[in-house]
Amino acid sequence: MNWLGWISDFLSDPAHRSGPDSIANRVLEHLVFAGEALLLAAVLAVPLGLLIGYTGRGVVLVTALTGVARALPTLGLVTLAVLLAGVGDAAVLLPLVALAAPPLLVASAEGIRGTDPDVRDAARGIGLTHRQTLFTVCLPIALPTLLAGLRTAAVQVIATATVAAYAGLGGLGRYVVDGLATRNFPTTVGGALLVVLLAVATQLLFALLIRYASPPGTRARRTHPMDKESI
Amino acid sequence: MDGEPLVRWHWIGDHLGYLGGLAADHAVIALVPVLVALVLAVPLGLVCARFPRLYQPLAAVFNVVYALPSLAVFVVLIPYTGLATMATVMIPLTCYALAVLLPTTVDGLRAVPESVRQSAVAMGYGPWHRLATVELPAAVPFLIAGLRVAAVSSISLAAVGALIGRGGLGYLFIDGFQRTFPTPILAGIALVALLALATDLLLVLARRVLAPWASGAAR
Repeated sequence: MNWLGWISDFLSDPAHRSGPDSIANRVLEHLVFAGEALLLAAVLAVPLGLLIGYTGRGVVLVTALTGVARALPTLGLVTLAVLLAGVGDAAVLLPLVALAAPPLLVASAEGIRGTDPDVRDAARGIGLTHRQTLFTVCLPIALPTLLAGLRTAAVQVIATATVAAYAGLGGLGRYVVDGLATRNFPTTVGGALLVVLLAVATQLLFALLIRYASPPGTRARRTHPMDKESI
Repeated sequence: MDGEPLVRWHWIGDHLGYLGGLAADHAVIALVPVLVALVLAVPLGLVCARFPRLYQPLAAVFNVVYALPSLAVFVVLIPYTGLATMATVMIPLTCYALAVLLPTTVDGLRAVPESVRQSAVAMGYGPWHRLATVELPAAVPFLIAGLRVAAVSSISLAAVGALIGRGGLGYLFIDGFQRTFPTPILAGIALVALLALATDLLLVLARRVLAPWASGAAR
């Protein structure tokens, strides 16, 4: 159990310093791929979620869809996609988008639905159109919820992109999968630790984003629900 | 892949016993950790509900734990628990389930309105009596909601264990991929989803029996 030895072996391997298998390149691949999947999922899911949240229609559909999506094993989807479409980034991107879309859909719908009806009525009352109400009133209030959904999706995509290396994707999963295949423990552990670091960094980044994105008016009002109940 | 049909039904027919064995293995690997997490979450949740100062850092830690990629955690555990052992897969799954169950337990215990709690005190209920007859029953719908999320994600996560040699139905994905044979992969996806669905239905049923007042109101 010589952790320091493994990590220094991993870091000092010349192949991990420059070239296609370098740490910098693998981190970049991982981030670009996760970013692409996230962006595609957001473009598909967020507008739909906003619409569902604002109109209140299709909520049952969202609940059912997310339940099913959570039950699907991504390793299965990734291997199937590669078998059917051939090795390539597009084939692996699809299951990752399918993984990231449900939390984004739920977060955007729930965020908009969670806005105070009085606030919406007030916005309509001072003459805002539905579109203006949604984008200038509801969306800022829903932003922290939306970002929390984005965080869930981002963390899941980063984790699953590691698994996708099994089906030929680049990124940090390469170290884990190749290291396991060749019984090269330093590589496997080094890759695993880098993925953990990346996931934790993402989590922290979003925690900061959420703090800054909360509109000041909604921040002050957040009191503990128990306070109202006490006699 | 050329000429290979998407599903060879006779392969499934020929391997029913094999598939059943993998499904049983999968259920154990995925669901025992959820049960262990439940047993841990209730006392831990009680302590956290009483001492919010302890809960905040603990919640932060579990938030990070939940974000850890499962494959990476399996790999990091291998030197301690061994390659392809059940423990290597089940220990992380227990942590993930606990990360889901602890907040829901605390929310459930806090959901008892102060007026109800004080009525129980006024009626002469001691702390343990109150816990057993007022607070824990009130937390049941929350616990079951948490169990549903934890169980379904545990079932789909357990398949990743196949990459380190112990993943129940996940083995079908590796097998099908290596042989460019989609039938086992599709059977695996269907069985994982079916296992998740069956577990979810059981939990909904359990809520109907244990907390009939919550049906409809709680999601």
